[in-house]
Amino acid sequence: MGATQIIFWILSIVAVFSAIMVITRKNPVYSVLYLIITFFAISGHYVLMNAQFLAIVNIIVYAGAILVLFLFVLMLMNLNKESEPKKNKFMLWASAFAGGLLLYVLLAAVHTAHIENVKGIHVGNIGLVSELGKALFTTYVVPFEITSILFLSAMVGAVVIGKKD
Amino acid sequence: MLLSLFTDWAFLLEKLTLVVAVVSIGLVVAMYSTWAERKVAGALQDRPGPNRAGWFGLLQPFADAIKLFSKEDIIPSKSNKILFVLGPGLAMLAAVMTSAVIPWGDKIVIAGREITLQVSDLDLGVLYVFAVVAMGVYGVMIGGWASNNKFSLLAAIRGASQNISYELAMGLSLIALLFLTGTLSLKGIVVGQQENGWNILYQPLGFLLFLVCAFAECNRTPFDLPEAENELNFGYHQEYSSMKLGFYLFAEYINMFMSSVLMATLYFGGYDIPFFNEAASTLNPTILGLLGFGALMTKTVLFILFFMWVRWTIPRFRYDQLMDLGWKKLLPLALINMLITAVVVLVKEYGWPW
Repeated sequence: MGATQIIFWILSIVAVFSAIMVITRKNPVYSVLYLIITFFAISGHYVLMNAQFLAIVNIIVYAGAILVLFLFVLMLMNLNKESEPKKNKFMLWASAFAGGLLLYVLLAAVHTAHIENVKGIHVGNIGLVSELGKALFTTYVVPFEITSILFLSAMVGAVVIGKKD
Repeated sequence: MLLSLFTDWAFLLEKLTLVVAVVSIGLVVAMYSTWAERKVAGALQDRPGPNRAGWFGLLQPFADAIKLFSKEDIIPSKSNKILFVLGPGLAMLAAVMTSAVIPWGDKIVIAGREITLQVSDLDLGVLYVFAVVAMGVYGVMIGGWASNNKFSLLAAIRGASQNISYELAMGLSLIALLFLTGTLSLKGIVVGQQENGWNILYQPLGFLLFLVCAFAECNRTPFDLPEAENELNFGYHQEYSSMKLGFYLFAEYINMFMSSVLMATLYFGGYDIPFFNEAASTLNPTILGLLGFGALMTKTVLFILFFMWVRWTIPRFRYDQLMDLGWKKLLPLALINMLITAVVVLVKEYGWPW
């Protein structure tokens, strides 16, 4: 067992454990903190797969920005047992059904995946910044530009919603 | 097999020594920054500053450390205990993590072994710095929330939103710099500056924006709103005492040190000594490496003094003024700077198109 494999197992155990903790914690602040650990573990996996850019962007965008906003909301609302709203039975069943559907889709995807197509670790260099940049701005320039326009419209939308009238 | 194992261990040992050295330098500089800050404050306010402990008060940081360590460590009974302890640790961790990608010097030779004075020359060094800066928010937020105190929470949320707002302008001002350097590696940026001159010559506006954002990211005056004592009692570390409080205060000084090093590296040539490269080839590489390290440290200390000078000169912003400055002034300026730089770089490369 090489060093890479040891790292892989450690990262996997951390990722799965903290992901389970995310959904089992009663206190939502703990859930968010475990989610941060999960993101870090997944970023470690990206590094193992030579996708450095994806790894660092995952940390900057998700762990560094989006989850901070999650924490903002949770800390300001300060949820605890007393302030917990009464749960609706119908909502419970609906969410169980939706989660089950998602599980079904995921299982189907795993079932039909060709395991021989899965690349090993440290294979390919498309994940390195320079290679990824070249690919994005030459081969995939049109989808890239369309995505950025999508982001721009989302930003404008956020400003419009946030504006008091 | 045995040989490769041996070189592996030597590599590991080398990097470990480097990490310990870099972190201890950071801690010592931060320690003496507290002393320097009080001396600067004294000088600016026409009083001597600390002068009782040791020669010129040089033992003052040790006295402070003993005081902080020996104070009673109180954990509020209504607080979230695990997170309360985790908060200062995270703040400290995020503060020292930046040091891993900074090139502290070129290289030195010890017993025939070439040692690069950089823990890790990541391809995406600048992005790594950003990730660490983004992590810095958590120490403040977790500590402020776990204290279970309204003022701490308000201060923590202020601090976090301030950090997030100024990260944007900081990132955009750096993007303009990256257009010029064409690399994300900090080592590559320094080498580029050795050849083409320091980046401050090409990016004066970008540097100014970066400087202001660095002040805001370090929660230094005039942007020290998370610690605004007249509005929030004492800020996010109100409930902290003993060395936990020490960690929070110390993290601020380490942050200041790291951002000074970063500014020196990104805009002022890093370990480059101007007009020295031609003479350098005849010198012993070890001496050269140490000289470069000295140059970087000199620049850094000048920046730290600047931080202090500003702190004791300019009063604090109001919170809405802070947000105004970040979103309505720095961000558009950074965008314009980025646009102009992009046009200049493109014209230089492909010529005037029409």
